[in-house]
Amino acid sequence: MSSGLMSYVWEGLGNTLLLTVFGALLGLVFAFIAGLARSSERKWVRGIAMVYTEVFRGFPSLVLLFALIFIVPTFGYQLNPLFAGILALALNIGAYAAEVVRGAVKAVPPGQIEAAIALNFTPLQRLRKVILPQAVVAMIPPFTNNLIELLKATSLVSLVYISDLTFSAQLIRASTGETALVFFGLLVGYGVIALFFTAIMKLLERMAARALGRTVPSGFFGRKEVAA
Amino acid sequence: MSEPYSSPSSDVMIQFDRVVKKFGDHVVLRELDFSVKPGEFVTLIGPSGSGKTTILRLLMTLELVDGGTIQVGGEYLSHMERGGSLVPADERHLRTQRKRIGMVFQQFNLFPNMRVLQNVTEAPVRALGLSKAEAEQRARELLDMVGLSDKVDAHPTQLSGGQQQRVAIARALAMRPQVLLLDEVTSALDPELVAGVLSVLKEIARTTDITFLCVTHEMQFARDVSDRVMMFDQGQVIEDAPPDQLFTQPAHERTRSFLHAVIDRAV
Repeated sequence: MSSGLMSYVWEGLGNTLLLTVFGALLGLVFAFIAGLARSSERKWVRGIAMVYTEVFRGFPSLVLLFALIFIVPTFGYQLNPLFAGILALALNIGAYAAEVVRGAVKAVPPGQIEAAIALNFTPLQRLRKVILPQAVVAMIPPFTNNLIELLKATSLVSLVYISDLTFSAQLIRASTGETALVFFGLLVGYGVIALFFTAIMKLLERMAARALGRTVPSGFFGRKEVAA
Repeated sequence: MSEPYSSPSSDVMIQFDRVVKKFGDHVVLRELDFSVKPGEFVTLIGPSGSGKTTILRLLMTLELVDGGTIQVGGEYLSHMERGGSLVPADERHLRTQRKRIGMVFQQFNLFPNMRVLQNVTEAPVRALGLSKAEAEQRARELLDMVGLSDKVDAHPTQLSGGQQQRVAIARALAMRPQVLLLDEVTSALDPELVAGVLSVLKEIARTTDITFLCVTHEMQFARDVSDRVMMFDQGQVIEDAPPDQLFTQPAHERTRSFLHAVIDRAV
């Protein structure tokens, strides 16, 4: 492959990673806000969070992306296409991950919260010092799923002419005619990126579990989790 | 609230006045009255579901009363005075009141995300405003007292149940409570670990002026440490006597059959 075509690959890879990483970070913010709001004492806070979760979980990312790129400008705002891509992906994945946050928080044993009340922690201290450090460990494996979903969903942005990996592959295919080779390479590429993200999440999971005095066996094919 | 309640007095540490607690239609406590003097060790015994643990949970403000009032050290716990009348307590009032009360749980409930030392220092730093150094010194002394000075850097998961419960006792004491609530603290332990926890508690009861309210099925322990034992059934105190009297000559038939059942089982 000529160096000209390779530069498409690098640009595409860069944008795919950018969309995935920033989509994940922004999605994480949405997920924590909405997930924690679901267990608020105030009904209206729970209501807003529930509407967000249900609405954005139901929207296809692609339609959301079209809306941000083609409809929002009719109200006078022109979003940067890459930012629109990140926002659309984050809104969607955040809604899924909000349910992960909610479930993990709910799974912290009530005895932990009662002990924190008995020790006179404020509600915020209970959350920061007791609930979240324990809940985060349970969030990481489902977050890994969300992250891989997000990575795959980034390929949608090629449809609004953002030069991600899929878009670059289309260009290369058009100029070389090597359809089978290019798409096979693309599949392998996404697979390798997914493995890379999975490895990072495994590492995070091990670190978080160790903070709770538990161990998670290393490697992709680690055996089942055991108490230390 | 229009009914007059007995005025707080300093020779009473815990005062329940016509306390009602319901879960749905099920009435757990029906107009319960009792009081505990400062420094007293009072044990609650009775069949499961009789409301013993509910009393401790009400005192720890983990549950709220449905009727009546609770006072601790002459101050309302469940309520606060506003404009001359009593209204249910808000979170701020509860936080002030909770400072004087500690609780040890059946399941220990140590925080797995903190090592042993931090389990004991975290609340004094956060809730009492102690410096880290002060809290650590206090924690080390308490862990030494419960015989775990070599475990300060361990994770709770690395400890046996008995060790975890002794850390939980140290953690509760680090808050310097006036009242300590013990909720079946040995029920989740292997039999050979029970003695270690009970001897620590005996020592604390002997050397401090903390007021204890204890729910337990360890009858020998209850007999050894209690100043008073209250037999509880169907949300009411049916017998209230010094341990020697209650265990040897129970006045009530229900007490007799209950003791018979538990002590026979223990032997």
